[in-house]
Amino acid sequence: MLIAQNILTALRGLAANKLRSALTILGIVIGVAAVVALMAIGTGATSSITSRITSNGSNLLNIQAGRSQRPSPGSQFAPTYLTYSDYVALSKTLTGIAGISPAYQGRYTVTQGTVSSQTSVTGVTESYIRVHTYEIALGRGINTADRTKQSQTAVIGATTAETLFPNSSAVGKSIKINNLVFTVVGTLKAKGSSGFSNEDDVVFIPLETGYSKLFGSNAVENGEKTVNAIAVSASSADTVDSVSAQITFILRKQHHLKAGAADDFRIQNQAALLSTLTSVTSTLTTFLGAIAALSLLVGGIGIMNITLVSVSERTREIGLRKAVGARKDHILFQFLIETMTLSITGGVIGILLGAGIAGVVTMLGLITAQVTLSSVMLSFGFSVAIGLFFGIYPAYRAANLHPMEALRSE
Amino acid sequence: MIHMEKITKVFSMGENEVRALDGVSFSIQKGEMIAIMGPSGSGKSTLMSIVGCLDVPTSGTYILDDSPVEKMNDTQLADVRNRKIGFVFQQFNLLSRTSALENVLLPLSYTNMSARAAREKALKTLELVGLKDRVKHHPSELSGGQQQRVAIARALVNDPAILIADEPTGALDSKTGAEIMDLFQSLYRDFGQTVIMVTHDAFIARHTNRVIRLADGHIISDIINPNPLKAGTPRPDAEV
Repeated sequence: MLIAQNILTALRGLAANKLRSALTILGIVIGVAAVVALMAIGTGATSSITSRITSNGSNLLNIQAGRSQRPSPGSQFAPTYLTYSDYVALSKTLTGIAGISPAYQGRYTVTQGTVSSQTSVTGVTESYIRVHTYEIALGRGINTADRTKQSQTAVIGATTAETLFPNSSAVGKSIKINNLVFTVVGTLKAKGSSGFSNEDDVVFIPLETGYSKLFGSNAVENGEKTVNAIAVSASSADTVDSVSAQITFILRKQHHLKAGAADDFRIQNQAALLSTLTSVTSTLTTFLGAIAALSLLVGGIGIMNITLVSVSERTREIGLRKAVGARKDHILFQFLIETMTLSITGGVIGILLGAGIAGVVTMLGLITAQVTLSSVMLSFGFSVAIGLFFGIYPAYRAANLHPMEALRSE
Repeated sequence: MIHMEKITKVFSMGENEVRALDGVSFSIQKGEMIAIMGPSGSGKSTLMSIVGCLDVPTSGTYILDDSPVEKMNDTQLADVRNRKIGFVFQQFNLLSRTSALENVLLPLSYTNMSARAAREKALKTLELVGLKDRVKHHPSELSGGQQQRVAIARALVNDPAILIADEPTGALDSKTGAEIMDLFQSLYRDFGQTVIMVTHDAFIARHTNRVIRLADGHIISDIINPNPLKAGTPRPDAEV
C-alpha cells in the first residue's frame, strides 16, 4: 500500500510542477538519448565497415608492388614491379589457398554507339570474379579459352552496363575499348561502392588479350609482362598468416632479394585491416558513450538540486508526516521514490528519443544505426542508479529533520 | 495515563543554554479535557512537543500509557505518535494536493492496516466530524472550519489515547471556532477522549475541565474547572 501510494504521491507532485519536472529530467533525457543514439550510430558504422570489408572476401590477401618503407637516403630508388612470372611461381607453389588472381588494370575510353566513358579496364584470369566475390548477373565470366585464344571478350560491371546499355541487356552486344571491338559475354551484379573506387564501374577482359592488344608497352618492364596486383584468397581464416608467409618467401626468391633487404612488395591483409578498423570504431563508440554518460551525471546533479529544493519547500509536510507517525525510513523512501520516478521517467523518454534519433539518421540514409539492447539496458540502469545515488542525500536530509522544527518552519 | 515528573528541556543556542522547561511535573487521567496556557516563551510549545512525543526531555520521567517515553529512540517515538497521539494544528497542516479522505488516510498509511479497512475507518471518522459529503474535496475547496474538521478526523483516525490541539481555533473566526470547540467537547463527552489543548486564549481555556498555566518553564497554577463553558457561549466583552 505504501509503495503504491508513494509512487502516486510522487507522480502527483511531479505533475503539479510540470515545467520544473520537465526541466529536471531534461539532463537525464539528453544523456540517455545521447548514449542510445551514439551507441546505435557507432554500432551501425562498425557493422557497415565490417560488411564492406567482408564483401571483398575477408580471407583476401592483396599483393602489390612497392616498398613498404622509404629507401634509405643515398641508395638507388628503383621502381619495383610484380610480374606475370611472379604469379606463375606463386600459383604453382602456394598451399592453403582457395584462389589466386593476377590483374593488370588501366583506364581506357570505353564506347558504345555515341556513349563513351573513361572506365577502369582490367585484364583478369578466370578466377578473378570468384576471388573478388563478384557474382555474374547474366551470361558468363572470363574463362580459360578466352585467355588462350586471346579473344576480344569482356565482362562488365553493373554501373558500366547501366551507362552503356541503359535500356537493354548488354550480353552479346559489342563495345569498343580504345577502338578495339570487344563482345560483352557477361554482366555482374552490383556490389555497392566500397572505399574510393566504384567497384561496379569496371570492364574485365582476358589478361592475355590485354597484353597482346590493349596494354602495349606500358605493361612490359625489362622484357617481362607486369601485373598491378595479385589477389590471393586463403582457403580459411586460419591459413591467412601461413599463406602470407609463403608469399613473402616465394616473392623474395623470385626477386632475388638479399637477406636483410626490404621487401619490394606489400601484402595487404583484409582480416588484419578489418580487426584494426573494428577496434578503432569500437573504441570510438565507447568513447562517445563515455561522453554521453558524463552528461547523465550532470543530469543526476540536476535531480539532486531540485530534490533538495523540494525537501526544503516541503519541510512542514515532512514535519506533519512525522507527527502522524512516519518513521525515518518512510520519509527516506518517499523522497527516493520521487527521484527514482524522475530519473526513470527521464530514462524512458531518453531511450525513446535516442531510438528516434537513430531512426531519423537511418531514414536520412546517413548510416544504418542499430539500437542495441545493451545500450538501452545500460542507459536505463544508469538512470535508475543516478536516481538512487543523487536521491539518497536529499532523502537522508529529509528523513533526519527534527519533527518539531520541521512543523514550525515557514 | 500521562505521568510527568521533573521534566526539563534545555536547548543550547551556541554559547547560551535556554531552559524551556524546568522541572515540570503533573499527571493527566484518561478522559480529562485540559488546557495548557501561558504566554509565548513560557514553554508551552516545548511541553506540547514532549507530551506529543515529537521531542524527548533533557531529563525527567515521562510515562505514557505505562511505558516510559523519555528513553525511546526515533523509531519507537514515531510508533507512539502513530498509535497513541493525534495532533491538531492551528494552520491545519493538510496536504494540499490530496483529498480530505487521503489526508485522513495518511496516519493509517504508516500502519499495517489493509487498504480497504483503512478506507472504511477513514470514511467513518470523516462522518464523525460531519464531513461525510466532503470526502473527495481538496483542502482548497473547503472552508477553514471544514479543513480543521479534516485535520481532527486525521488526528482521531488511529484511535489515539490523547488528542493534542495546538491553538485549534487560532486561525478561525469566532463562530467557526465555537463549532470546533463544540466538536472537541462532544468527543470528550461522548467518547471519553482525552484532549490536551494548548492555547494562550483564556476564553478558550475556560471550555476545559482543568487549566495548567506555565510561565518561564514552570507550572504556576493547575486549577480544576468544575463548570466549563459550553461551546457557543458568547465571548465576554472584556476579553474581546
